[in-house]
Amino acid sequence: MGRISLRQMQVDQTGTIISVKGTGELGRRIRDMGLIPGKKIKVQGRAPLHDPVSLRIMGFTLTLRNNEADHIEVEVQ
Amino acid sequence: MSTAIALAGNPNSGKTTLFNELTGARQHVGNYPGVTVEKKQGTCVSDSGKFDIVDLPGTYSLTAYSLEEVVARDFLVNEKPSMIVNIVDASNLERNLYLSVQFMEMGIPVTIALNMMDVAKKRGIKIDIKKLSKLLNVPVVPTIARSGEGKKELLQTIASNVNGKAEPLTISYGRDIDTALDEMEEIIQSSTFLTARYRARWTAIKYLEKDQQIVESGKKEDMKVALQLEGIVKKVTGHLLATLDTHPEGIIADHRYGFINSVLKQNVIGYFQDKNRLQLSDKIDKAVTNRFLGPIIMVGILMGLYKFTFTYSEIPVGWFESFFGWIGGIADNALPEGHLKSLVISGIIDGVGGVLGFVPLIMFMFLGIAFLEDSGYLARMAFMLDRVFRMFGLHGSSVMAFIVSGGIAGGCAVPGVMATRTLKSPKERLTTLLTVPFMNCGAKLPVYALLVAAFFSKNEATVMLLITLISWVGALLVARLLRSTVIKGESTPFVMELPPYRMPTIKGILIHTWERTWQYIKKAGTVILGISIVLWAMMTFPGLPETKTQEFESLRLFIMSGVPARVLSEIETLETETIKGDNLKVTRKLSAKAMVVKKSLAQVDFDEAHAGLKNSIAGRIGSSLEGITKFAGFDWRTNIALVGGFAAKEIVVSTLGTAYSIGEVDPEETTSLSDRLKVAEGWGPLTAFSLIIFTIFYAPCFVTVVCIAKEAGSWKWAAFSVVFNTVLAFGLSVLFYQVGSIVLT
Ligand SMILES: Nc1nc2c(ncn2[C@@H]2O[C@H](COP(=O)(O)OP(=O)(O)OP(=O)(O)O)[C@@H](O)[C@H]2O)c(=O)[nH]1
Repeated sequence: MGRISLRQMQVDQTGTIISVKGTGELGRRIRDMGLIPGKKIKVQGRAPLHDPVSLRIMGFTLTLRNNEADHIEVEVQ
Repeated sequence: MSTAIALAGNPNSGKTTLFNELTGARQHVGNYPGVTVEKKQGTCVSDSGKFDIVDLPGTYSLTAYSLEEVVARDFLVNEKPSMIVNIVDASNLERNLYLSVQFMEMGIPVTIALNMMDVAKKRGIKIDIKKLSKLLNVPVVPTIARSGEGKKELLQTIASNVNGKAEPLTISYGRDIDTALDEMEEIIQSSTFLTARYRARWTAIKYLEKDQQIVESGKKEDMKVALQLEGIVKKVTGHLLATLDTHPEGIIADHRYGFINSVLKQNVIGYFQDKNRLQLSDKIDKAVTNRFLGPIIMVGILMGLYKFTFTYSEIPVGWFESFFGWIGGIADNALPEGHLKSLVISGIIDGVGGVLGFVPLIMFMFLGIAFLEDSGYLARMAFMLDRVFRMFGLHGSSVMAFIVSGGIAGGCAVPGVMATRTLKSPKERLTTLLTVPFMNCGAKLPVYALLVAAFFSKNEATVMLLITLISWVGALLVARLLRSTVIKGESTPFVMELPPYRMPTIKGILIHTWERTWQYIKKAGTVILGISIVLWAMMTFPGLPETKTQEFESLRLFIMSGVPARVLSEIETLETETIKGDNLKVTRKLSAKAMVVKKSLAQVDFDEAHAGLKNSIAGRIGSSLEGITKFAGFDWRTNIALVGGFAAKEIVVSTLGTAYSIGEVDPEETTSLSDRLKVAEGWGPLTAFSLIIFTIFYAPCFVTVVCIAKEAGSWKWAAFSVVFNTVLAFGLSVLFYQVGSIVLT
């Protein structure tokens, strides 16, 4: 369907990570948790104030803030 | 001889559970990622040998990203354990192996304990253990830490592999990186750069990952080599950015996961269900973190916790109260009048009883919190609240420290301050450190409970909720203030795991509850008792001068001189019968005349005790402060109690107890302190609430202050928290009391 930033993904939407742009601490932390190109993710939900977002990756649930999700580009289905 | 083993793994992989299983040590078992910050040690004696086990903090990686990672890595490098027992969550294999791979790259022998086998099975995950072990070239033992299954096999495997040598794992990171690594490795080897501590290739990898800690120590070791290495890193980085638009760190992470994938792909793992469906957990989350339902449920759960605590603890609280009343009665009968009696009843029994009487309350509260923590709900609270916390310059994970400190009333600022270690960013951490003491710790609860019972008994739960809200709002506003003045700066990432919901084990919850309650009792039993006695001494000595005592004595004689003997004997009978207990009935039997006499005599006693306390060391301190504290509605007795509260907050209660049991009409009466305050002069809802506000905000107890100094790394912040908090508290109390007085009149 196209490439969008993780922030723009809807709840329950799935996609494949295309690129991860963050560097330094944030980039490292994101990658340590398995958010790397090629991984499939699914948006599980959002906190009541719409931020952070929770997503499913490799069978577990991960949370990210929206401004952190901006660094991740996803090819959505 | 025993062998040193390090227990390491991801947060929430069951490390603590396995550690307890192996060592039998009692330890907190939680469900929040990263609870285990401290290094915990234990000894395991088994058929397979004796092992010294160190429980390393749970981490996802070894990049020195967080304090835990630094702690874990430093331990592995400095203490050189014979083996790492790596707990791997079988239901979450791919991500867990990311850490394992890094251990293997370090070249320390690794044994994998493949834990949560039951969970994996339930999720339809099948793992070929033999193959995994062969491909990774390390022993792998399946375990279920919760039931102890696999423990024996694990110990046997450790024993038979512990003295072996590990061949460090070498992963290919792609041509560009590999070339750079080879080049760097050679330079490092030939100049023995940091080789006493780290393997050459590992140092090279860390340089490419731009690992702060290694780069710093490299600079110290040999500036020339360090610059040479940094030059190579710069070159590769430039090249990778130009060709692939990524940094070396990114490529290294990709290849590590690539390596794991290549292992798992060889039919090591099979899924019989959609691996991304955590049915039950997801269903619960749909409701529990729902936009509208989530906050309602959260408030409901908080309210429920209050109700649970207050309603169910009432009965045992009553038992405790009558128990101490009974002991006081015995002591009263057995001991002769004088300082010793006063010490035992007013110092020891009232002091300790006043504090221990709240044990059931605290226990019920902890029981509820332990359940929330172990079930995984607390992590959801962090998730839901992050947006709010961030507004105040904090982190969603700050909620942990706030809650441990008493964000859900109960808890203790001491472990709360320690819990801030899970926070990475120094700024958010420091801010959390300085604001968590505003929470309602278990020691402040008795103070609130006392005042609420005395003055707001009709709305107990509501007022307690109000107190919680005030402390939260206050803490958050102060945090915002600090983050925009003394502690400015960017916020840190919120990349966090939401653990699946788990039914907490009864054993886990009980251990957890007991540990925290015991902590409280220990504190109450030792520090409090000691301080109760010191305070009793401060309140008793130097005592009244001889001339004064005689004045009171002659006053008594004067009152009795005009009274007929019949009435006097009536009063005496009453006094002997009072000791047997049934005070009320006896009073009713007194004739009107005897009542009048008894009242005036009691008044003399009261005046004498009052004068004595006022003349005591504590009384002098309290009186000298009364001039300022009267603006907040506090008299000298409250002042003494508040000064004592710096030693430990629960002392506010025992001091008030001591102050009033010395100063009141009839020291033999065992009416609870609440009842006494209700009728005491100068007390009313306004004073009570002003005192509540002061208690929320003023200087943390000295144990917390010491911890803040240690955690913040400087006494400056500790001193800051004492002075700043007290000034703030005083300002707020005065404001409340003065405005309240105007509104009410
Ligand atoms: N079903 C199942 N549950 C387990 C197993 N091992 C541990 N648990 C549960 O998993 C939860 C987390 O266990 P902990 O021992 O606290 O995990 P940890 O790795 O020490 O976590 P941190 O303290 O956060 O570092 C607890 O509720 C345990 O009861 C297991 O083998 N099977």
